[in-house]
Amino acid sequence: MYVLEMKDISKEYFGNRVLKNVNLNVKPGEIHALLGENGAGKSTLMNILFGMSVIHSTGGFEGEVLIDSAPVNIMSPHQAMDHGIGMVHQEFMLIPGFTISENIKLNRELLKANPVSAVIDLVAKDNKLSTVDVAANARDARVALDKLDMGIDEFTLVSGLPVGHMQFVEIAREIDKEGLKVLVFDEPTAVLTESEALNLMEAMKKLAAQGIGILFITHRLDEVIHCADRVTILRDGEWVATKDKVDTNVVELAELMVGRKVEILPKAPREGVGDEIILSLNKLSVDMPGEKVKGVSLDVKRGEILGIGGLAGQGKIGIANGIMGLYPTRGEILFQGKPLKLNQPKATLDDGIAFVSEDRRGIGLLLDSSIEDNIAVTTMQTKNDFLKSWGPFKLQDKEKIRQHAESMIKEYDIRCIGPHQYTKRLSGGNQQKVCLARAVTLAPDLLLVSEPTRGIDIGAKKLVLDNLLKLNEEGMTIIMTSSELAELRSIADRIAIISDGKLAGILDPTAPDADFGLMMAGNLKGGEDV
Amino acid sequence: MFDRIKTFAAGDNLPRFVILVFYLLILLVAFFLNQSIGVLISDTLIRYGMNGILVLSMVPAIQAGTGPNFGLPIGAIGGLLGMLISMEFIPQTIAGHQWIGLLVAILVAIVFGIFFGWLYGLLLNRVKGSEMVIATYTAFSFVAMMCIAWLVLPFQNKSMKWPIGQGLKNTITMENTYGGLLNDFLSLKFVENHLTGKLELVFNRSNSWVIENYGIESALKFQFPTGMILVFLLACYLVYLFINSKTGVAMRAVGDNPSFAVASGLNVNRSRLIGVILSTVLAAVGIVIYSQGFGYMQLYNAPQQMAFGAVAAILIGGASAQKAKISHVIIGTFLFNGILVAGLPVANQLVEGGGLSDVFRVIITYGVILYALTKIGGKSNA
Ligand SMILES: Nc1ncnc2c1ncn2[C@@H]1O[C@H](COP(=O)(O)OP(=O)(O)OP(=O)(O)O)[C@@H](O)[C@H]1O
Ligand SMILES: [Mg+2]
Repeated sequence: MYVLEMKDISKEYFGNRVLKNVNLNVKPGEIHALLGENGAGKSTLMNILFGMSVIHSTGGFEGEVLIDSAPVNIMSPHQAMDHGIGMVHQEFMLIPGFTISENIKLNRELLKANPVSAVIDLVAKDNKLSTVDVAANARDARVALDKLDMGIDEFTLVSGLPVGHMQFVEIAREIDKEGLKVLVFDEPTAVLTESEALNLMEAMKKLAAQGIGILFITHRLDEVIHCADRVTILRDGEWVATKDKVDTNVVELAELMVGRKVEILPKAPREGVGDEIILSLNKLSVDMPGEKVKGVSLDVKRGEILGIGGLAGQGKIGIANGIMGLYPTRGEILFQGKPLKLNQPKATLDDGIAFVSEDRRGIGLLLDSSIEDNIAVTTMQTKNDFLKSWGPFKLQDKEKIRQHAESMIKEYDIRCIGPHQYTKRLSGGNQQKVCLARAVTLAPDLLLVSEPTRGIDIGAKKLVLDNLLKLNEEGMTIIMTSSELAELRSIADRIAIISDGKLAGILDPTAPDADFGLMMAGNLKGGEDV
Repeated sequence: MFDRIKTFAAGDNLPRFVILVFYLLILLVAFFLNQSIGVLISDTLIRYGMNGILVLSMVPAIQAGTGPNFGLPIGAIGGLLGMLISMEFIPQTIAGHQWIGLLVAILVAIVFGIFFGWLYGLLLNRVKGSEMVIATYTAFSFVAMMCIAWLVLPFQNKSMKWPIGQGLKNTITMENTYGGLLNDFLSLKFVENHLTGKLELVFNRSNSWVIENYGIESALKFQFPTGMILVFLLACYLVYLFINSKTGVAMRAVGDNPSFAVASGLNVNRSRLIGVILSTVLAAVGIVIYSQGFGYMQLYNAPQQMAFGAVAAILIGGASAQKAKISHVIIGTFLFNGILVAGLPVANQLVEGGGLSDVFRVIITYGVILYALTKIGGKSNA
């Protein structure tokens, strides 16, 4: 007996088959993980389930969806909700100017009568003009938030929240809905730190215990082992296997996903980092909403990979954004011995610093432009590369751009139809690779990367981390900000932990877990050389 | 085959598809009503050449992220000033005065376009997010203001002024200057000789030459306004060069995603300003070409509504408020003008009675514009 069955699902985007006869079943009360490489078709399958317009405006799909064994025809997210399907999206869908409570209850507000509505409802009976019962709504929101162990005030505006919290608001909105049968999480943990992810998985288990079927997309295999009951694996749009968790392990799952063996080796200890300081932050303060930096002083050595870690909302993200000049910044930054002009991204780029933003759709990409244009544009603008003369004009050198893009697509294994494909039509992980390719094209002396592996599968993750290591060996200094401690430890030379906007300390990647935990929580000061 | 059509019609192409079907339908009806298809197509081509650059002026504005340029009348007024100044100062007695006049008009139009576009661009940079409404009303106010200016500007040329009283005329004929100059340049005309009944090809001649030589009874069956189309294609090519230049790429990046542009070290306001100036300059030049094709320049309230047709044309061509390509201009201008040109005689013939046909003209024009404007958001399938 299944609550959800998807049978023989096939989907084509502009002649490109991205799903081929995929089958997926979910039992009530189970946590069912959906695995696959970037571009394997996970989000597409979920978009079909949720009736997203992107599916129907591109020719629909083939196959059958059954809910409680009855075939359904879901043409819009609204109908999906009516069938008891909820979805927490890979990209957030919240209204920033509304409070948490308003976002959770949007369009499903509890109402109370007022004199006008009382009269009108004598005839109309649709409560359209009743007053929103703010208190009752807040109570409901509170219940949903409590289910997730979210202590935050339900009247807080969504706009200033750190991403980790927004995610929980999305989830709270879904679990507040009545008659929920299936809840889909599309990479919910990609934006969370490990402890937040654990919280989330606990919440998922509670929901499953109430009989809701949960579909969980993730690239973190240990999470699958931690909480899933069954696992379905897709590869290149095809169904590969469905397994009970107890019968499998991380290594097997990884192999099934990529079709070959992958292992991420811990970094070999390295020499060659001298004592020369390439970048020196002096009382850096960055006014980035939700990630404020409050006076960080830090030296970065030429040739090293410096990791920056910390919990969400503590300010680790703000540092790279501040150096780039994207948010109001105070303090002093010395780069290669010279003061860097603050709040001027152009000057920073000209000085040889490049940035891969954590916000890839907001800042990292031109969604309505091709992969090749995305990769070349920043370099063209700052270094006058990729241009050719045509009489008195300087035109973009399309041939060179194409060649460069093709080599990047190969090097970073960007799964796409070709260099001309719009980046909005790439899967999340492949978009991330484009961002990285663009920054690397600048050939900077210092590369700032924030959350470089967020949302990308383990095969690609290895590729990205290996590439960072390779760039580093070729002499590029790298500051990598990440929520994933394991990944910081796998490539960084030193790891700076940021807590409450300040530098809590710098640890060696080999320091014990407990030290990292304590330092992130702000209970351990010092460490190596502070 | 049917599936192909279905996928084509489903996505972003729907408006183009609807209008194309509508256009073919009108042509079919016209054919059965014994309208001359040759004349309909000739008229469409002429209007195509006249309007092309005006529609093209939407491209830089949209690509820079300021939306379709509803402020087109501002540029148009720059163009009118260019034509007036040219007419005032280029004597119609010197050899080649027509070409010189046209050239001077275009150059002066460009100068005014840059100046107006610059002021207007500064304004738009202060109202990011609501450009379209602000642009519409700025243009309306500017047109109103210029209504006074047309009355008081010290132009002396008799043929431009009211015979009695003050100020410039409502419509000023360009018969004696460069009216129709580009239409006829290198044009191909098929004339049915009323004496022999044969079809003859006339190359590079004006309509009045045809009447003089073939007699008023001879019918013009088909004409191709080569000069005007060439000028339009040349303008498209120049814009194409620009949007593929470094500055053009920066402008498009700004229009696509301003946050991205900032992080790439680009100056958002500067790029938007360039887009608006270019758009205004094209509007100014566009109105010169339009007027020479029409044979008259129209002052006072005439420029007020010009933006809507141009916006509608590019939207029908497949553009949205965020995205526009030159191909959208080339397709959209043809479809939009095709429908207007073919629709009117058909409507005329279907509905007898003089007054009604004008009502139909308005309904068709604004119906198509309205339909196009509903597509302004583009198809969101991000
Ligand atoms: N709107 C679209 N138009 C065209 N192709 C698309 C579109 N959306 C996705 N695709 C293609 O469909 C394939 C599957 O993408 P999908 O987003 O489902 O991958 P995914 O498994 O969710 O990957 P990720 O883990 O990176 O999020 C990819 O090759 C992608 O390029
Ligand atoms: Mg996805």
